[in-house]
Amino acid sequence: MEFKIALAGNPNCGKTTLFNDLTGSAQYVGNWPGVTVEKKDGKPKGHKDVIVQDLPGIYSLSPYSLEEVVSRNYLVNEKPDAIINIIDGTNIERNLYLTTQLLELNIPMVIALNMIDLVKKSGDRIDMAKLGSVLGCEVVPLSALKGQGSSEVLEKAIEQARNRVIGERPRVFTGSVERALARIEESVEGLVDKRNSRWYAVKLFERDSKVRQSMSLPPDLDAHIEKHIRDCEEEMDDDAESIITNQRYAYINKIISTTVKKKAARGSLSASDRIDKIVTNRILALPIFAAAMWLMYYISVSTLGGTLTDWVNDTLFGDWITNWAANGLQALGAADWLQGLLVDGIIGGVGTVLGFVPQMLLIFFFLALLEDSGYMARVAFIMDRIFRRFGLSGKSFIPMLIGTGCGVPAVMAARTIEDERDRRMTIMLCTFMPCSAKMVIIAMIVTTFFPGNVWIAPLMYFTGIAIIVLSGIALKKTKYFGGEASPFVMELPAYHIPSFKGVLIHMWERARAFIIKAGTIIFTACVVIWFLSNFSWTMRMVDVEESMLASIGGAIAWFFAPLGFGSWKGAVAVISAEMAKEQAVGTLAVLNGVAADAADTAVSAGIAGMFTTIGAFSFMVLNLFDPPCVVAMATIRREMGSRKWGWIAIGYQVVMGYMLAFLSYQLGSWWFFGAGFGIGQVLSLIIITMIIYAVARRPKEVTSGLKMAVDRV
Amino acid sequence: MKDIRVGETVKVVRLNGLGAVKRRIMDMGITKGTEIYVRKVAPLGDPVELTVRGYELSLRKADAECVEVD
Repeated sequence: MEFKIALAGNPNCGKTTLFNDLTGSAQYVGNWPGVTVEKKDGKPKGHKDVIVQDLPGIYSLSPYSLEEVVSRNYLVNEKPDAIINIIDGTNIERNLYLTTQLLELNIPMVIALNMIDLVKKSGDRIDMAKLGSVLGCEVVPLSALKGQGSSEVLEKAIEQARNRVIGERPRVFTGSVERALARIEESVEGLVDKRNSRWYAVKLFERDSKVRQSMSLPPDLDAHIEKHIRDCEEEMDDDAESIITNQRYAYINKIISTTVKKKAARGSLSASDRIDKIVTNRILALPIFAAAMWLMYYISVSTLGGTLTDWVNDTLFGDWITNWAANGLQALGAADWLQGLLVDGIIGGVGTVLGFVPQMLLIFFFLALLEDSGYMARVAFIMDRIFRRFGLSGKSFIPMLIGTGCGVPAVMAARTIEDERDRRMTIMLCTFMPCSAKMVIIAMIVTTFFPGNVWIAPLMYFTGIAIIVLSGIALKKTKYFGGEASPFVMELPAYHIPSFKGVLIHMWERARAFIIKAGTIIFTACVVIWFLSNFSWTMRMVDVEESMLASIGGAIAWFFAPLGFGSWKGAVAVISAEMAKEQAVGTLAVLNGVAADAADTAVSAGIAGMFTTIGAFSFMVLNLFDPPCVVAMATIRREMGSRKWGWIAIGYQVVMGYMLAFLSYQLGSWWFFGAGFGIGQVLSLIIITMIIYAVARRPKEVTSGLKMAVDRV
Repeated sequence: MKDIRVGETVKVVRLNGLGAVKRRIMDMGITKGTEIYVRKVAPLGDPVELTVRGYELSLRKADAECVEVD
């Protein structure tokens, strides 16, 4: 007999901490089908017959957001055996709002009163027994951060699931509202599962669009119900949704007055308020934020992270593993080609990508720290005004920022964005910020072709920002992304010191995804590319000039001709850059006869003859703004939650990279290098006009893309 | 609720409009009769931070327009 126990609660109530506590590493993380909402479930330790299903953090069960719709679909259709409703004891009024809705589902429920330690510390007193008897279910104290109470909560939930205990549910609604609800409940008897009939009655009263859609009531029943609702609305001089929410909160006020005694005087400042007086202060907020971001970067990319990455690349992979493998293979008498495959192909390729892991672990660590402590919400609060201008919200800032380090964690950071359209747009755009691998390309091209130039590198960053901003504006005018801005109604949770274990789990969860992806995809890609570059079509081992890769490169070289580097070497370099961006230059060097691990000056000399100056610039632009490396692309596909959107994002990036490289080369050669004004230049001007149109036009009135997304679930 | 000042405490009279924004605002605890304390404005001028039912809520001024207060 397997029990399904759902975990439901507000965001920031400690649900994730409890979930981690119960399931440890036995979690499975994915997406709810077809949407960008994360799905987590796991088996608790010591209970092989129980599955704990973590539901997204929600404030309510309205039909307006994906998280809510996904959660309510699960609760109504999958029929879990019990619900653990986690409540933040320091924020009890708003948390109970969801509780009243969960109770309507008539599923056995246990309330876990979390942050009980903070409640005690503040001097507030909550009468748990009384609260439990009023609500009709047991209230169990919990301090998830301290690890106290989790097993009791689980045991209680399993007990309730086993015995199918449903206590007496409270009467939340009064007067004419209660009468109307009772009548509606009667009218739909037989049309819905008896257990959920109260929940359906309330939803129908609220004219919930998704419930109405799924029930398709016969017209006379519909009209009958509508009359009940109208009568009530007239009597209370308010609309149905407002009536319900008002009554819920009125009920909550009532029970709070008898079960909770608050100690602090109203208006006094909590510790969090005092911290925020400085952190979100009008004058200090931005400098503090800049300093925090700089520190994060300094440690994870420049100093500690950089050193570790170099060590992994040069020593661990470059030295130890390579030599160990080479010696080992030689001792075994392995064939030359096998040695080549393993040492150059696999170890070389996979090693480069895994070299990023130290940096990523550090970035993820700091991010988890910022998120779990509550500071991330302040960042969104501070940045929101800027991002609103181009249709996003403050929450989109973090992924963009992380993108300057590495695109993989950047795309994953977009998970915190609630609105699906904003999330998708952020995922699509954040890799336009040059990542640290792309910096290597910039550095090489500048040293070789533009020595002494100090403004090209910053120019590339500004171009990245410009692409993001203009794309945001232009995309907001399209059908899917357009329509009303999603509401930015965000809680600023109290600060707390995050649990070290929680931060590590958080960090490792993301790093693991990257490593597995890198391991599998890069491994395959490396083998394939090694094979293609070392064998001719007749399956003989050859030098790279005569290899299959060279002829493939030659076959597609025409594609890059308008960009100024239509040779097979250029084409091959672009392909290898898709494996790992910094390989663009390395590959070029190798193709020009420079040893793979030669000093930078030799590499420089090797590639100098490959391009004209403007061709080199265009090569750089293409590799900066075309789709990111394969691992990042795979992450984009996964975070988008749909193959279609994965392709849309990549398609957009291909067009953007090609277009910018084209413009750079065509206009650059004409303006700076005296080339004639021909068809390439005319096309460039046409493209620029199209860009201006896309950004500046007036959009038609459009339905909110969010509504369209929610409707589809 | 667009023209209130930092440090003021106001009481919600009614919520206008329909749809997702209004529902979200109500779900977060801003209902008829609720007291709201305007704690501060973000450094760039928007959004505002309000104290509602004992917790801190950030709301864009434009979204706050549907809330009528006295």
